[in-house]
Amino acid sequence: MSDTPNIVTGDLEAPTTEAPAAAGAAASDGADARREMHDMWVAGTEEPAWLRSYTDEGAQEMLEADKDPALELHRGTVVDDDFIFDDVADDDELQILNMGPQHPSTHGVLRLHLELDGETIRRVKPIIGYLHTGMEKTGETLTYMQGSTNVTRMDYLSPMHMELAFSLAVESLLGIEIPERGQAIRVLLTELNRVSSHLVWAATQGTDLGAVSMLIYGLRDREYILQFFEKTTGLRMNHNFIRPGGVAADLPDGWEEDIDEIIAKVKQGVSEYEELFNGNPIFRDRTMGVGVITPEECNALGVTGPIARASGIKWDLRKAFPYSGIEKYDFDVPTGRHGDVWDRYLVRMEEIQQSLGIVKQVLETMPAGDYRTTDRKVTPPPRKRIDESMEALIHHFKLFTSGFKVPAGETYQAVESPRGELGMYIVSDGREKPWRMHARTPSFNHVQALPAMMTDSLVADIVATIASADPVLGDVDR
Amino acid sequence: MAYRSGPSGFLLTTYDSAVNWTRTRSMWSATFGLACCAIEMMATGAAHNDLARFGMEVFRASPRQADLMVVAGRVSQKMAPVLRQVYDQMSEPKWVISMGACASTGGMFNNYALVQGVDEVVPVDIYVPGCPPGPQSLMHGILTLQDKIMAGEITR
Amino acid sequence: MTDTVFTSLADAFPAVGFEQVLDPPQDVARVPAEFYLEFVAAAKTSGFNVFSDLCGVDYLRRDPRFEVVLNLVSHVHMRRLRIRVEVPASNLELASITSVFPGANFYERETFDLFGIVFTGHPDLTRILLPDEWDGHPLRKDYSVGSVPVRFKESPKAK
Repeated sequence: MSDTPNIVTGDLEAPTTEAPAAAGAAASDGADARREMHDMWVAGTEEPAWLRSYTDEGAQEMLEADKDPALELHRGTVVDDDFIFDDVADDDELQILNMGPQHPSTHGVLRLHLELDGETIRRVKPIIGYLHTGMEKTGETLTYMQGSTNVTRMDYLSPMHMELAFSLAVESLLGIEIPERGQAIRVLLTELNRVSSHLVWAATQGTDLGAVSMLIYGLRDREYILQFFEKTTGLRMNHNFIRPGGVAADLPDGWEEDIDEIIAKVKQGVSEYEELFNGNPIFRDRTMGVGVITPEECNALGVTGPIARASGIKWDLRKAFPYSGIEKYDFDVPTGRHGDVWDRYLVRMEEIQQSLGIVKQVLETMPAGDYRTTDRKVTPPPRKRIDESMEALIHHFKLFTSGFKVPAGETYQAVESPRGELGMYIVSDGREKPWRMHARTPSFNHVQALPAMMTDSLVADIVATIASADPVLGDVDR
Repeated sequence: MAYRSGPSGFLLTTYDSAVNWTRTRSMWSATFGLACCAIEMMATGAAHNDLARFGMEVFRASPRQADLMVVAGRVSQKMAPVLRQVYDQMSEPKWVISMGACASTGGMFNNYALVQGVDEVVPVDIYVPGCPPGPQSLMHGILTLQDKIMAGEITR
Repeated sequence: MTDTVFTSLADAFPAVGFEQVLDPPQDVARVPAEFYLEFVAAAKTSGFNVFSDLCGVDYLRRDPRFEVVLNLVSHVHMRRLRIRVEVPASNLELASITSVFPGANFYERETFDLFGIVFTGHPDLTRILLPDEWDGHPLRKDYSVGSVPVRFKESPKAK
């Protein structure tokens, strides 16, 4: 089984390295998987096992899809139909289409250079860099306490995860421990962030496929979470709340009632959306068998997160390399089977439910104590101590002007963001500012993997595929 | 291309106000959401803070059909020519709101990669500060723009 | 190295130095540039088959000035492997691993774009984040951050 995925890079004037798959030629793993599904359904010899996704612990059946024969024929991306040509077009017959950086469905400033053969995509080249902000260079000019304001704007839909990755990396270099309450607050905020990010994904996925009211529903439920964030951190987005040493402040009074309300409202909302989407034949037709990526392609390309889990890879950093005390909470990790847009939809919807479960457990078991480490060399003293103690004043002053020094060394720390593995690689030279700060962002890999998902499929499926890959261009370009 | 107010006779000033009124009450924005501010722009158009009550829930993707461009987010050096091209494609009368700190001045990213203020590329009518500006700030900016248009202050 | 996961790799490549970091659990291998591609292929067959990250670092005043850091993950062993390769400023070239991990494609283009390290064997080594006609490699330490002095307009004085 070859590991090379169906990517074509290189000079676009040069001929393709491999002939695109006609309905029978074997070109790559992706085409094999699609054809296998297509053959299964068209031949009708074997009833497809419609157990779409299952969780790791406690076999949980997600969905038993109905076996409507009329729906079976129209699935699959390699359409064997009269008006699709089987011949491979020469390169000069391919039509070049530019899905430019300003486009309503590209989730930001992503530019796709498409080469089309009629309605079939023969080559895709993503062109990025339209949001490059030089954040890694800026990170070298900011102290470690200011660093989280910088990194939080990379993946602006899950800023808590970016701050957490940064803080964990800095804390591992410092060698300090965070008190349990601080860790529990971090888990609470990051899991709420996962829910709000998946709600934005659901909103954009629905809108891109034509269910425009989903935009309103998704953003409406996200507002409850953002209002809680505003109450806790001061800002709706880009919070700068999780800092090296703990979190910036304690949770506000009455947070338990707020969280209860959020859980109730979001759960109700999500069950309504699942009802709307799961049985909808248009949605199923547009998502089943579309944008398939195989597990081997995922590993070779570094695709992680819900996309990899929907392809069947059972890997979640919260279970594999637990961080911030998340191993104390009981949750399942949904995985899919076929790696298409439908599976990714199911995986993410179930992840919302699982995250709400974690939030409820944090709510019930929140420990008392400090929300940040008491090491005064790292975290500032409480505000009222500054009036009483000269030492506290000096600490506060030094921390906020020049910052704390971090011992020399390098480390890489990764967290499971809603998009995948989000890692921070920090090299320190012993001073107050990082020598090198590199963010390993999941959307960079996912945009690189778009050709593997889109080649040899139809133009009409581009939007569904991009929406299911859930790229955040701030993550990609940094 | 400049919009000039007509001679100040009674009938024509009423006509001007009527035209201004219609222009403000159904401004269609070109989608130019770039980064975090784009999410807040989407939230402004969503349920809790509803832009539809101002006639603006329609975000036309094609600049030919839009008359307001909300530059929401940081404009990188690579994106600046694209921004200018989209602005040029809009037909008169057109307005630009620079949303957020990065679009207005380069924001916290004072470095090689960003255009320090979108007014280096396109003429801006309203600057909305914030990082990101909440939906109320953006709406205040839009309503201020509507007031300015109604008062006839914006002539270009 | 008492770790059985790396024994075969350590035996095959005696020139590579392994370190183990306990918290967070990760292993670091310093690989000389001449064995880089073979080592990566060997790591892939010995279980580290998931590509994670590739970046460059500019240690300005050290003799091999640049370093390329590659991160691999093994689901089978539940481990991370970080491979560090030194690249001297006099010979800014390194083998490209896109034949082993196609996911390194964009990452090597980014490292070329921001540091100027040329990856030989890469199918399309062009700038990715910056405009094509950009001059210089911004993440090098001798490239300034490019900040513009902020001027405050004189505000009208209150009468």
